[in-house]
Amino acid sequence: MAMTETSNHNEINKTDHVTSIWWIVAAPAVWAVHFLASYLTAAIFCAKFADSDGSAGEVQLAVMAYTVVAIVIIAGVGWSGRRRHRDGHDRSPHDGATTADLRRMIGLSTFLLSLLSAVATVFTALVFYFVETCH
Amino acid sequence: MDASSDAPGDDRLDVKAKRLLDAWRTPTGWRYWSAVNNSEVGLWYVVASFTFFLFGGILALLMRIQLALPDNDFLTADQYNQVFTMHGSVMMFLFAVPILEAISILLLPEMVGARDLPFPRLSAYGFWCFVIGGVFVCGSIFFGVAPEGGWFMYPPMTTEYQTGVGVDIWLLGLSFIEVASIAAAVELIVGVMKCRPPGMQLNLIPLYAWYILVVAVMILFAFPPLIAGDLLMELQRSLDWPFFDASRGGDPLLWQHLFWIFGHPEVYIVFLPSIALIAMIVPTFARTPMVGYGWIVLAAVGTGFLSFGLWVHHMFTTGLPAISIGIFSAASQAVAIPTGIQLFCFIATLLIGRVTKSVCLLFTLGGLATFIIGGLTGVMVAVAPFDYQAHDTYFIVGHLHYVLIGGTIFPIVAGVYYYYPAVTGKQLSEKLGRYAFWLMLVGFNVSFFPMHLSGLLGMPRRVYTYPAELGLGTLNLISTVGAFVLAIGFVVFLFDVLRSKKNQPLVARNLWNAGTLEWLGEVPDKPWGVRSIPIVESRYPLWDQDHFVEDVDAGRFYLPDAEEGLRETLVTSVVDAKPIQCLRVPGPTFLTHFAAIFTGGVFIFSTYHWYVAAAISGVLAFITILVWLWTGTAPIPEKQDKDVGRGLTLPIYVSGSKAVGWWAMFITMLGDMTAFISLIFGYFFYWTAHDDFPPNGSSGPGWIWPSVAMLTILLAYSATLAARRWNRQDHAARFYGAIVCGVVLSIVGGLALLYGPLAHQMDPTAHVYPAIVWVLAIWTALHVVLGVVMHLYCAARRAAGRMTARCDADIVNVTLYWHFLLLTTAITCLVIAGFPMVAK
Repeated sequence: MAMTETSNHNEINKTDHVTSIWWIVAAPAVWAVHFLASYLTAAIFCAKFADSDGSAGEVQLAVMAYTVVAIVIIAGVGWSGRRRHRDGHDRSPHDGATTADLRRMIGLSTFLLSLLSAVATVFTALVFYFVETCH
Repeated sequence: MDASSDAPGDDRLDVKAKRLLDAWRTPTGWRYWSAVNNSEVGLWYVVASFTFFLFGGILALLMRIQLALPDNDFLTADQYNQVFTMHGSVMMFLFAVPILEAISILLLPEMVGARDLPFPRLSAYGFWCFVIGGVFVCGSIFFGVAPEGGWFMYPPMTTEYQTGVGVDIWLLGLSFIEVASIAAAVELIVGVMKCRPPGMQLNLIPLYAWYILVVAVMILFAFPPLIAGDLLMELQRSLDWPFFDASRGGDPLLWQHLFWIFGHPEVYIVFLPSIALIAMIVPTFARTPMVGYGWIVLAAVGTGFLSFGLWVHHMFTTGLPAISIGIFSAASQAVAIPTGIQLFCFIATLLIGRVTKSVCLLFTLGGLATFIIGGLTGVMVAVAPFDYQAHDTYFIVGHLHYVLIGGTIFPIVAGVYYYYPAVTGKQLSEKLGRYAFWLMLVGFNVSFFPMHLSGLLGMPRRVYTYPAELGLGTLNLISTVGAFVLAIGFVVFLFDVLRSKKNQPLVARNLWNAGTLEWLGEVPDKPWGVRSIPIVESRYPLWDQDHFVEDVDAGRFYLPDAEEGLRETLVTSVVDAKPIQCLRVPGPTFLTHFAAIFTGGVFIFSTYHWYVAAAISGVLAFITILVWLWTGTAPIPEKQDKDVGRGLTLPIYVSGSKAVGWWAMFITMLGDMTAFISLIFGYFFYWTAHDDFPPNGSSGPGWIWPSVAMLTILLAYSATLAARRWNRQDHAARFYGAIVCGVVLSIVGGLALLYGPLAHQMDPTAHVYPAIVWVLAIWTALHVVLGVVMHLYCAARRAAGRMTARCDADIVNVTLYWHFLLLTTAITCLVIAGFPMVAK
């Protein structure tokens, strides 16, 4: 028990990295903003500004810009997550009771969620590539 | 504290254990029903949810009898409409969501080694609200007045063509229950984030807790849009405000948006907790830790997010622009990725482990296989052109039941087999379980697979009968036979659960040799949850930590005693689970029953337009809740700190972001803001959908009065900040002065908000524009009134010596409320006063 207590107290005295939990949801949040922005832009444009032929060229340009910004941010978050995940080249399941493993696990989740968010963002963007009109 | 002096058998330990037991003792006799502890409330919740499930199941069988033969007259069209509406509503609102809350309230504290959830009385209040609301809604069918509009209640059918009370029962009864769901979400989020044992940092928490955290956050953002929709529809039905009436500028499609912004995440809200049960069961029976913990976290969080981008796939046939349909179709495809990932993790764990056979695993595997079929048909209907063909046919009925029964019911039954010994100390029969499983699996597939075919052949949903010439009789008869086989499977399961087990021996502790904390419970279990709150260093501490159970039982960890005879648990930090507080949680009370009864009265009396009775009930509910808060929350302790064991001293009273109450306020207000944003969405929806919004000639509420409101509320907010500051500095006179200023300014601000539309003679029944402006103004004004009550409450607390300069949780939490109130007021004023100027 003595060992347990010592190691635990060392852990307990570490600062609570409350902000690190936000890294996990950062990339999906970017997807959500991109998704909502794309949807609202298309909905408002098609309802208020579209020509009679329903051409949505302006929306395509806008969403392309949103996508570039979103992918850059997601890539940044993902890279940061991967760096923390690979810290110390540990390939274990990150299930140790250490701050290092906590950091690696949050890094891994951040990285994986960035991949998923990137795919989902590209899915959204592809719609604007294939569907060119409001009709 | 010296651990060595706490060896088992030590007299001091017995005294401590006895004190702990006394503090947590369950009340007996009629007072049993005043219990608020998670083990009692959780169990009642499970039993009540299953009772509603059986009721919904019987309704399903009535439908299948009616549809067994063409041109059948077992039920009339009206009865059939009531039955299918109630079946869907009961299964979703009274079973699927509550059962996840029930199981979580029952088991989550055990899984994270907590003595209880942080707000046990809130759980009890939610439960009693659920029971009262559920009985009210279900009871309506026995009087022939049940809702008939489908579980989705689409207007204009429900606003113009169904004049009975059925729709009101649905709107008000289920809104009442949704409040209970949000209460449970608050409880569970704070429970997962703040009540874990020391050392259980985020990379070590049980997967169940990850899933529940995600699901509770989803509830917080998914339910409020429906509550906002319910409010709008009830205003139309009661006061003729035309939100969904196209002839006066309204739009029925707004309801569909609000309903499905709730409705689609709802599918994942009921699916993920069941998958969470699988995530606990699979490692136990594979005898190995779960493969891909990080990947499962990805799946849970990713699904939670993506599920909010799918709602329009229920509306593909409403004539939306192709681009909008495409976006939601793409997101519907993308959600298959995280859903698939978690299934692969489960399969991989089973492949690398040494699998032990059991009924739990049978139901788990049956559920996964069934869910995969439902998931694949889901990908089919996510493809818009296919959906155009399948929409509103029995193909969709088949698809959704494969998803919900495979993804939810089978895993829950697996969970019952798995956790029954932990809760009751007795085991369910493996033999009867196998019978039940095969009956259910075969019955389910015989019942629901033919529905895909009848749907593709053109059988529409929600019709009470069909002509023989359509050639659908055989498929429907097969479905009915299957439904009864499925029902027999449930009867076998139910018999096994309910049969007397008096002569059956108690099971061994940790029967399945699982690795997670909920299996620490002794047999028979003690009401204290855990003898001492352990230090956790592994995802599977019972497997990995040496002498773990012995140390817990010997009281060698934290809080092994209750010296003051009070119920206590540990609060830890969000990410690395560092102990930060010894939290005292309240014990048994009947206050929660009265609060639930009176709250229920508001909704139930309003259904019948008995507004005086509803108002009296509302006042009583308000007083009861105030008494509950006054007597039960943030009591000032007799000492500042407490030795919780192992030489660790923690504060008993904390305020601000370290306190669970602060988190509860923050989370509740996030839900409240979501409902408000849904109303704002409505405002702009009308603008995008209609050229005459705001209508020509309407001056709106003008800019003067909204500006006065904005300014005075800003000043009232500043007074609130000043009150918090002066309370902390112990300047009593200044504190009371700030409160008085805050109250006066708030009243002026609230009146100014309402006076804008009033002065401009905006008639809410004439057109949707004045109606939505009034709704936003009234919503904000009501929040201002609540802000005033909070001001007065804080002043009274300080005057009564229940709030001091140091113990200031009340004013800190009220300030947090005011941050949100200021934001709400600013958005309201900008929208109702500013937007008409821009739009012109």
